Amino acid sequence: MTLADLNLVRPELILAVGALLLLLVGAFRGKGGPVFDLAAMLVLAVAGAAAVTGDQGRAFAGGVVVDNLSTFAKVAIYAASALAIPLGGGWLRARGDDKFEFAILVLLAALGMGMMVSAGDLISLYIGIELHSLALYVLAAFRRDDAKSSEAGLKYFVLGALSSGLLLYGASLIYGFAGSTHFDVIAASVQGQAHTGVLFGLIFLISGLAFKVSAAPFHMWTPDVYEGAPTPVVGFFAGAPKLAAMVLLARALSEGFGAAIGQWQQVIVVIALLSVFVGAFAGLAQKNLKRLWAYSSIANIGYALLGLAAGGESGMQAMLMFMVLYLIDVTGFFACLSALRRDGKPMETIDDMAGLFRERPGLALAITAFSLSALGLPPFSGFFAKFFVFKAALGAGLVWPAVLGLVGSVVAAFYYLRLIKVMWFDPAPGAVEKPPATAMAIALTAALFAFPVVLIALAWLEPLALAASAAFG
Amino acid sequence: MILQAIAFYLMASVTILAGLAVVFARNPVHSVLFLITAFFSAAGLFVLMGAEFLAMLLVVVYVGAVAVLFLFVVMMLDVDFTQLREGFSRYLPIGGAVAGLLTLEMIVVATTVASQGAASASPGPNASAGADVTNAEAIGRVLYTDYVYFFQAAGLVLLVAMIGAIVLTLRHKPGVKRQNIAAQTARTPATGMTIVDIKPGEGISE
Repeated sequence: MTLADLNLVRPELILAVGALLLLLVGAFRGKGGPVFDLAAMLVLAVAGAAAVTGDQGRAFAGGVVVDNLSTFAKVAIYAASALAIPLGGGWLRARGDDKFEFAILVLLAALGMGMMVSAGDLISLYIGIELHSLALYVLAAFRRDDAKSSEAGLKYFVLGALSSGLLLYGASLIYGFAGSTHFDVIAASVQGQAHTGVLFGLIFLISGLAFKVSAAPFHMWTPDVYEGAPTPVVGFFAGAPKLAAMVLLARALSEGFGAAIGQWQQVIVVIALLSVFVGAFAGLAQKNLKRLWAYSSIANIGYALLGLAAGGESGMQAMLMFMVLYLIDVTGFFACLSALRRDGKPMETIDDMAGLFRERPGLALAITAFSLSALGLPPFSGFFAKFFVFKAALGAGLVWPAVLGLVGSVVAAFYYLRLIKVMWFDPAPGAVEKPPATAMAIALTAALFAFPVVLIALAWLEPLALAASAAFG
Repeated sequence: MILQAIAFYLMASVTILAGLAVVFARNPVHSVLFLITAFFSAAGLFVLMGAEFLAMLLVVVYVGAVAVLFLFVVMMLDVDFTQLREGFSRYLPIGGAVAGLLTLEMIVVATTVASQGAASASPGPNASAGADVTNAEAIGRVLYTDYVYFFQAAGLVLLVAMIGAIVLTLRHKPGVKRQNIAAQTARTPATGMTIVDIKPGEGISE
């Protein structure tokens, strides 16, 4: 270890030290509050700035890789986490659950996700995953007196532990047969004819990570956890952790197993298409919006995986753009959902949304924008996300998967359109309460991003994503 | 050489017998005690192989922490172990199949390693320390240099677990009387006592 190594992990150091200091402050004050949340957001902002301005390279004998990809992903992750803090904090305070640990756990989860995207080694891969997952399990169960929240936390924990087990088993097989945990050494060992043991381990590694991004057939936990967990927390863990896990999967596959692309490409294509169809068809039967959006996220992960399966620079770029645009969509949607209450009860089913347009036209318009974007209708951001994915898939010769993906997208259109119809045309059963200002601001900003800001933002998002994926030829 | 062989066979057979006894002992407390015996003799086997650091870990972590924790759980919780054992013959076929499969796998791995040697693409950082360095010293040399990042991150994982446990279980109940020594010693008869004048035939209500 030298100072140069420490210099490269500056964002992680800032987050860790910031979280520890805030933990001390919180422990002495005994409660959180808006100022405390603001301090936590400031830590994330400083860490993000450090990530952008910091040097690039490898540290700790290759365990940490800092490159354009990790910086790109870190900025997106820290931004999403920074939004989750006031959103979740405000939501919990409104329900009399003022705990300072919320912001701390989000900070530590962000730290773990940052470690994931710059993992250059199976050990940092695993530790990053555990750090962020453990924080997320607690966040899912944060409202401990609510039976559903506890159930969500427990389910998430048990299934997450199972997936960690799969992942570790795969990692140990890879280590045993390749002789190293470093991605570059593994890459050298799979050059030419890869040993069956390594490929066996790779399949387990992919399965473990597919659990974390909730890709079918490892998606079973998603609807239950989304339904039970506090709404703003769902918005947090539907976005940033998935981006982190996708980047990690992409890096592990292309840096560690680039030579074995023939072996893993077919696996990823199958998982991607399964996710698209499970998400589309199972979503049709859902009444609860959080469950619906869980299936929607499964389908969307399918598209991101399709981009990943395309491989190469364009596939990586498509995956990154897709995940970032989806992250903004899903954050905005759950900000809307967390803001909506009618007659003292949260509005969580599709029928609850009836008549929203007449009462809260702003929020109804925002939800409409997110739905149309998730559906992939042209001027909205989701369209551009899917456009890049399909372009990359066609460019890589994956014609049939791309066609099947489009079919799945058409099926899923049904439930988004039904939601819009209920909001716009059905009569309202009661009065909607006034939404909190923070959630409104985040929701409307995200909606404006979905359209029309995305048209301008693409001009800089595209080259940034391209630069981030340039190393993965 | 002969001494080593004797030690090996002694400890290996103790490990196996203790392992069997863990499964077959009627009293759960005896099971845990046999487990500790198995850990100790396995640690001895590690020493014979020259892996004294692993042996230390086994004793410190498994005997010192895990097994004692088991013992506490077994003794504190009211688990009906006879009830747990009821399905023994029913689950024997599937359990036996899994055990057989695992044994087969271990034999395959062991014979592969014995015939081809373990894979060693890279010896890892700082492994060229020389033969005179002990295990513990070699690990110490990399743990706080190349692996310090992982080491500290693992510490953060434990911190998250601790925060999580506190968030999910700690409850501040109102009305709990806690000890406050300063306030207690500062009490005087004037503050600690009230004199009530009760008229005959009447009670006091408090």
